[in-house]
Amino acid sequence: MEPERYELRENPQYDFPMDRRDFVRSLGGGLLIIGLVTGLQAQESGRGRRGDQRMPEEMSAWLHIGADGVITVYTGKAEVGQNTRTSLMQAVAEELRTPVASIRLVMADTDRVPFDMGTFGSLSTPVMAPQLHRVGAAARDTLIGMASKQWGIERGALDVANGEVIEKGGSHRIRFGELTRGQELVRTVAHDAPVTPASEWKICGTPVPKVNGREMVTGQHKYSSDMSAPGMLYGKVLRPTAFGAKLVSVDARAAQSMPGVTFVRDADFLAVAAQDPLKAEKAVEAIQAEWKADPQPSSRELFAYLKANIAETQTIHSTGSIPDGMRLGEAALRETYHVAYIAHTPLEPRAALAQWEGDKLTVYTGSQRPFGVRSELAQAFHIPEERVRVIVPDTGAGYGGKHTGEAAIEAARIAKAAGKPVKVVWTREEEFTWAYARPAGIIEIASAVRNDGLLTAWEFHNYNSGAAGIRGIYIVPNERIEFHETKSPLRQGSYRALASTANHFARESHINELAHAVKMDPVEFRMKNLQDARQRAVIAAAAEKFGWGKMKSGCGIAAGFEKNGYVCSAAEVAVDRSTGKVRVVRVVTAFDCGAVVNPDGLKHQVEGAVIMGIGGALFESLEFADGRILNPHLRTYRVPRFSDVPELETVLIDRKDVPSAGAGESPIVAIAPAFAEAIFSATGVRLRSMPLAPNGVKT
Amino acid sequence: MAIQLLVNGSEHRVDADPETNLLSALRDRLDLTGAKYGCGDGQCGACTVLVDGRAVRSCITPLGYAEGKRITTIEGLERNGRLHPVQDAFLETGAMQCAYCTSGMILSAVALLEKNPNPSGADIVRGMEGNICRCGSYPRIAAAIRLAASRQKGTAR
Ligand code: FES
Ligand code: FES
Repeated sequence: MEPERYELRENPQYDFPMDRRDFVRSLGGGLLIIGLVTGLQAQESGRGRRGDQRMPEEMSAWLHIGADGVITVYTGKAEVGQNTRTSLMQAVAEELRTPVASIRLVMADTDRVPFDMGTFGSLSTPVMAPQLHRVGAAARDTLIGMASKQWGIERGALDVANGEVIEKGGSHRIRFGELTRGQELVRTVAHDAPVTPASEWKICGTPVPKVNGREMVTGQHKYSSDMSAPGMLYGKVLRPTAFGAKLVSVDARAAQSMPGVTFVRDADFLAVAAQDPLKAEKAVEAIQAEWKADPQPSSRELFAYLKANIAETQTIHSTGSIPDGMRLGEAALRETYHVAYIAHTPLEPRAALAQWEGDKLTVYTGSQRPFGVRSELAQAFHIPEERVRVIVPDTGAGYGGKHTGEAAIEAARIAKAAGKPVKVVWTREEEFTWAYARPAGIIEIASAVRNDGLLTAWEFHNYNSGAAGIRGIYIVPNERIEFHETKSPLRQGSYRALASTANHFARESHINELAHAVKMDPVEFRMKNLQDARQRAVIAAAAEKFGWGKMKSGCGIAAGFEKNGYVCSAAEVAVDRSTGKVRVVRVVTAFDCGAVVNPDGLKHQVEGAVIMGIGGALFESLEFADGRILNPHLRTYRVPRFSDVPELETVLIDRKDVPSAGAGESPIVAIAPAFAEAIFSATGVRLRSMPLAPNGVKT
Repeated sequence: MAIQLLVNGSEHRVDADPETNLLSALRDRLDLTGAKYGCGDGQCGACTVLVDGRAVRSCITPLGYAEGKRITTIEGLERNGRLHPVQDAFLETGAMQCAYCTSGMILSAVALLEKNPNPSGADIVRGMEGNICRCGSYPRIAAAIRLAASRQKGTAR
C-alpha cells in the first residue's frame, strides 16, 4: 500500500464465497466463467493465495451467458466518472466479437462481484481490463468448443460474431443462448488465457459512447443520493464543533419531543432520523450539545507545524554523494516549495441508503472501495462481512476522495436505531469539513548543475504530502530523496494522482529554475538530462504542438511520469498588469499511456484532469483554524468554472505495443509547474506555493 | 401546508412545510431525482430546473414561489420518447463524465438557448458560469450547446 493512502487503515479479513454450482443454478443455468482474483487485485488486501486447498473457494464468477443469450459480466470496480463501465464492456465485447450493447456489466455489488481492492491507482485499465479480456476469451473458447462438439466440425473452422458461433465460410451458425440453454456449465479462466492482441482490436481502441449516457441525460440514473426505499427516513448527524472534539453534555429533549423524530446517541455519535430532510435538520438544530476540543494549529502556521512534527523519515532513494555532486556543479540552487490542503469536492457529496433485514445489512453508497466499505461496516457493527452487502451505483465522482464509508456507517447506525431504512446525504459543508483532504506539504530541493546543463546533485525532501512520484525522471549521479511523514492537522488521504502532483510541482519548477540558472531553454535542458525515450517523445510532441520557442512571454512547460503514463504539459498564461489576475490561455498536453482503449474517453479524461489541475494549481486551498474549516462552501472555496477553461489541445501517443495504463490521474501532474513557469515568463515573478495565485500575482 | 405544483405538465399536491425548498419537494416528495443537490446555496447549478421557462436554482427556491408556475425538470424534457435537442447534443458530444452535473447543465443550456438561440463562445461562458462540472467536462458541454444551437437554427422556420 502506498504510504500516502492514509485513509485506508483496515483491510477485509474474510471472504465467504457462494458455491458456484448453486450460483449458476440461481442464474437459471447457462455458462459461467469463473476465475481467481488475480494477484494485483488481491495483493493489497492480504488475501493472496492461501494454499491449494482453499483455491476453489477463491474462485469468483466473472461472466455468465444465460439461455436468453444475455451476457452478464461482474467486476468490483466502481464507475465514478472515469468511464470504466464503458471501457470494461469494450474489453469483453472485443473478445466475444459482440456489440457492447449486448453486454450487461454488474459493478461494485459485494454480493455479486469478485473481490476487488478498490477503484484507485488508475488500475482499472491496466489490471481489470486485461482480466476481462481473459474472461471474454475463455467464454469465446468454451462456446466454440461447444459448437464444435455439437456439429462435429473442428474448432479451427469456427469463430464468434454478433452473439453467435459461426462456421467460417460455412452455413452453420448458432446463438450463444441456444448453445448454453439447459446447461449448468462452469469453466475456469486460465491466468494466461490468450487474448486478442491490441493491434487487432476492433472495439477497444474506438470511441464507444458512454453506455448509460441516455439515463444520464434524462435524469433516470439513480445515484446513491437519489435512492429511496419504502418507509425510508432521512438521517442527519450532529457534527462536533471542532475536529476531535469530545462530547461533554447533551440535551436532546426538544428534538425527541418532535413528532416522528428518532434521536440516536451512541457514545459521541449524535444523530436523528425523520420523515423529511427539513424535519431532520430542525431536529438536529434543536439538540443542545456541549463539546470540548483541544487547541489545534491553523492554516497560517501549517508549514511550521509540519516541520516541527516529523513522525518518521524514509529514504526513498540514495546514490552517489550529495557533497561531491554539489562540488561538481557550476551553479547551485536551494529552494522550498509549499502545497496547500485541497478538497476533492465531488459534485455528489457522500451519501448512503442503509437497510437492515434482521442482522443483514444492505447499503447503497457512492464509494471507490465497495469491499473496503463492507469491511468498515462489518467492523463498526461487529458482524461478519458476509452479512453486509455494499452496492455502489455509478457515482457522482470521487477523484480519490471516496475511499471511505462514513456516510454508509452513519446511515446504518441511524437505521438500526430507527428500525427503518435511512438515507444520509452529506451537505456540501459536511463534505468540505468531514471528508479527507489532499495532503499539504513542504518540499525542499538542493541541486547543482554544470554550465553545459548536466545535473550533478539532487537532494529532495518531502514533508507530509506523500511519496508517490517522488523519484524523478532525470538522470543524476548524486541523488538523495527522502519522505518525512509528519502529523497532519487535517484528515488527509488520496487524491487524483496522489502526492505526485506536489512532487512534480516542486521538481519541475526547480528544473525550470535550473534551466534559467544555466541560461538554457527548459526543453533543451530536460532533454539533456533525460534518457527515457517515451518521456522524451512526449516532451517533443508537446513542444511541437505548442510551438515552443516561438512565443516570447507567458509560456511554461513541465513533464512527468506517473502510473506508467508519460506526460508533458505546455501552457500559456496572460497576467493582467493592474489586477494581477492570471488567465490560462492555452494548455497542450502530450500523453502516452500505452495502447489507447477508447481515444474519445481518454481525451475526455485528460481534459478533465487538466481542468481540475487548474484549480489546485491556481486558487484552491482549504483554510482552517481551531479545528474548523473556514471556507467550507463553494462561495469561498473556488473550483474551476466555465470562464477558467483555456483552449485545450491533447496529443495522444498511441503505443499499441505497450500495455495500457490508467489515465485518469497522470495528466494532472505537470499542470502546476507549467503554470508557475508561464507566470514567471510573463511577469518575472517566481511562485513556489500551490495555489500559485489565489488572489492574483503581485508584480 | 398544501401547495399545488405543476411539474412536467402534471398537477401535484405537496403537503410540506412552507420553508421546504423546491429541490427537496421535487426529489423527496415527487421522486423526481434528476435535479441534484450539489451545494444547497445557489453556487453549483446541479439543482437547476425551469420555472416558466427560466432556469432557477431549485435549492434556494421556496416552494411558495413555484406554486402555480410551470416547472420543467430533466425528466420532463423528453417529448413522446424523443429527446430534447440539447439532450441529444450532450449524448453525441459525450459531454459528461460522472454526469452528476448533467441535468443542471442541460436545463441551464435549454434556458440559455431559449433566450439566445445563437450564442457566441463568450455568451455560453456567461450563461453557464453558475454551473459547476467538477469533472471538467466544460469544453464538451460548450460543444454540445453549440451543436444544439446549430441544429435549432437549421430547423427554425
Ligand atoms: S444545489 Fe442548488 S446551486 Fe448547488
Ligand atoms: S460530469 Fe462530473 S460533475 Fe460534471
